[in-house]
Amino acid sequence: MSEHNEIDHVSGRSTTGHEWDGIKELNTPLPRWWVLTFYATIVWAIGYWVVYPAWPLVSGYTSGLFQYSTRASVATDLADLEKLRGQKMAVLGSASLADIEKEPALLALARARGKTVFADNCAPCHGSGGAGAKGYPNLNDDDWLWGGSLDQIMQTIQFGARSGHAKTHEGQMLAFGRDGVLKKDEIVTVANYVRSLSGLSTAPKFDAAAGKKIFTENCTSCHGDNGKGNQELGAPNLADRIWLYGSDEETLVETITNGRAGVMPAWVGRLDPLTVKALAVYVHSLGGGR
Amino acid sequence: MTSPSSVSKSMTMGEAGLMSAFAVLAFVCFLGAAMGHDSAFSFHAALACSASLSAVVMIGNRYLDRPAALPAAEIGGRPNYYLGPIKFASAMAMFWGIAGFTVGLIIAMQLAWPALNFDLPWTTFGRLRPLHTSAVIFAFGGNVLIASSFYVVQKTCRTRLAGDLAPWFVVVGYNFFILIAGTGYLQGVTQSKEYAEPEWYADLWLTIVWVTYLFVFLMTLVKRKEPHIFVANWFYLAFIITIAVLHLGNNPALPVSFLGSKSYIVWGGVQDAMFQWWYGHNAVGFFLTAGFLAIMYYFIPKRAERPVYSYRLSIIHFWALIFLYIWAGPHHLHYTALPDWAQTLGMTFSIMLWMPSWGGMINGLMTLSGAWDKLRTDPVLRMMVVSVAFYGMSTFEGPMMAIKVVNSLSHYTDWTIGHVHSGALGWVGFVSFGALYCLIPWLWNRQLYSLKLVNWHFWISTIGIVLYISAMWVSGILQGLMWRAYTSLGFLEYSFIESVEAMHPFYIIRAAGGALFLIGALIMAVNLWMTVNAGKANETKGAGAVQPAE
Repeated sequence: MSEHNEIDHVSGRSTTGHEWDGIKELNTPLPRWWVLTFYATIVWAIGYWVVYPAWPLVSGYTSGLFQYSTRASVATDLADLEKLRGQKMAVLGSASLADIEKEPALLALARARGKTVFADNCAPCHGSGGAGAKGYPNLNDDDWLWGGSLDQIMQTIQFGARSGHAKTHEGQMLAFGRDGVLKKDEIVTVANYVRSLSGLSTAPKFDAAAGKKIFTENCTSCHGDNGKGNQELGAPNLADRIWLYGSDEETLVETITNGRAGVMPAWVGRLDPLTVKALAVYVHSLGGGR
Repeated sequence: MTSPSSVSKSMTMGEAGLMSAFAVLAFVCFLGAAMGHDSAFSFHAALACSASLSAVVMIGNRYLDRPAALPAAEIGGRPNYYLGPIKFASAMAMFWGIAGFTVGLIIAMQLAWPALNFDLPWTTFGRLRPLHTSAVIFAFGGNVLIASSFYVVQKTCRTRLAGDLAPWFVVVGYNFFILIAGTGYLQGVTQSKEYAEPEWYADLWLTIVWVTYLFVFLMTLVKRKEPHIFVANWFYLAFIITIAVLHLGNNPALPVSFLGSKSYIVWGGVQDAMFQWWYGHNAVGFFLTAGFLAIMYYFIPKRAERPVYSYRLSIIHFWALIFLYIWAGPHHLHYTALPDWAQTLGMTFSIMLWMPSWGGMINGLMTLSGAWDKLRTDPVLRMMVVSVAFYGMSTFEGPMMAIKVVNSLSHYTDWTIGHVHSGALGWVGFVSFGALYCLIPWLWNRQLYSLKLVNWHFWISTIGIVLYISAMWVSGILQGLMWRAYTSLGFLEYSFIESVEAMHPFYIIRAAGGALFLIGALIMAVNLWMTVNAGKANETKGAGAVQPAE
């Protein structure tokens, strides 16, 4: 360690005279712009403290010149939003579903509201475009399990299907195999018969007459004589080539053997009535509304 | 008579004490493993039991093998530096670095292609994410800090590291903490506090290790042979002390059972949130900043062979940095239940922190004056200088993001991830790589195997960082704008899922950037491995034997 201050030949500055493992330090003064900027940030901070809530006191805190509070500012934002949505929302609340469909401005408002609500609440099952997935109905087509009129859609959204709500849609596909109603070979036969209803190919040894017999004895009470379904019971149309779980023989055998009872939750109580109404209009307008 | 044989060999207090302590610990952990309430706790207790038994055996063997006298503090008037623990920690740093970068790449790809979690609980994002952050920050970064601090404090104090077993206890004990933490995350053991996930028993162990670290460092400073303490050591000391305080402040918890892994933090509600981000932000400030500034202050002047630019600046920015940093935590909690006054303080102190941070950058960059030409020929120095540039960039970006209106856009978006990684990959990563490229040859007394490979590492990783942070900037700002977009009718324009869909291409670019960064680190690992195992011995300056006498 050398204690004499030497002059650095590159910068022309003296060192501090200390040396650690060969490292010396220059006696360079603080860069002026650095000091000034540092002071400026301090001045700015003090100014900010004067204007805004800043320092805690024994009880309370310095509240600043304008008594700013985040809570009040959120309340203002919400009030502004109310103003933006305006009276139209109130009209939407009191209008009937049929009125909304007739009035273009109301319809646009309901669809806009419905779209955001759909994306946040319905899209996880039905897809962000409402195209559905296995076990979750496509909402863009004109095939409806529980009915596609505005009122029916609203009913389904409010109370769901097999949701446990007192007013929910009940009724489910029974487990014909598991409950011992049909034997395995009978299930395969009737599965092929169901495929034939919408013109799909059947297994080579398929006995159409036997299939029809099994279908008539077991299935028509819900799905109807021609397999066209029954929206009162949520029984799907089996002749329209639209499938909730799949049309291949294996899936159909699984459906007939173990039944199906997919759940749609009840949204009444979770979404306010106006929102449910908007949602019903939105879903109805997706393409398949009746 | 003073022949060596007459000096009777006996155990030091440390050897005997540590052996008994580990024997007792092994027994306690055996009971813990047998009686544990959950499988993770029993697994950790069993791990600790076998580690304690190994410690007893290793300390015993070391005693049997060593000469009667402990290593001399000086040999021939020159300090007898203690390098073993440093070698261990720097090798572990390289190992954990590769592991941490790999896990980071995996979770980046999971975000782009979620199926890559393979539907296994151990490999879900929620468990791998803390594994990644802990591995890179605490395992990689921590080992670099411990290794470099033990090296720098000895060299700049011109004295041997304090303690005989204590430095080994610190490096091995710290890595055992990492092992417990990491294997815990994979099994779902977490106290759910970001960057402080390890459960109560791991925290207790870390406390013991860290206090030992503090003592080793302090005692080495106390017995220094230099009249003044070098600037790097101020930063190291600030880092070690503050991390101890932060760790104790953020982690007090009540275990549900002393035989189980679950505990509950004593803080609740917004106080808990405030403690968490006081801790979290200062983990950035003191672990990832102060500690690595210490590295900068030693390795850059050393490598550039130039004096530190300004002693005055180093003093002013040191004290300003440590005074101001500690207040900045609330900027992580803007627009939350945290009182407005606390948010104001967090924001304003973050702004005032800008220049103190840049003081470090100025001192790092300007130290190069008179040696800028070396950047063309020395990729190691270039790596460290670029790291300082990244430091400057992220310490500008940080205060900017702490401003409430900016934060209202950036918060919860990928912008934050991009900001963190420009600091983590660019600053912490590159300055650590630079330090290791210096340290490994010095420790093993070898020449670096290949500067060409360092050059490849530098460019591949730099491109990786640029891809990473620019993808996250774009994606983060896009995300923030989508979340706040309103239609003319007063409804949100986009749903959350639409913003997720919009992120997809950026997630792929980010993963590509991460992959390049990992490739760079693998090149480095090969280079350092070859340095140690096949490198040429370093001919010390002035050995003179090969120089013809004049």
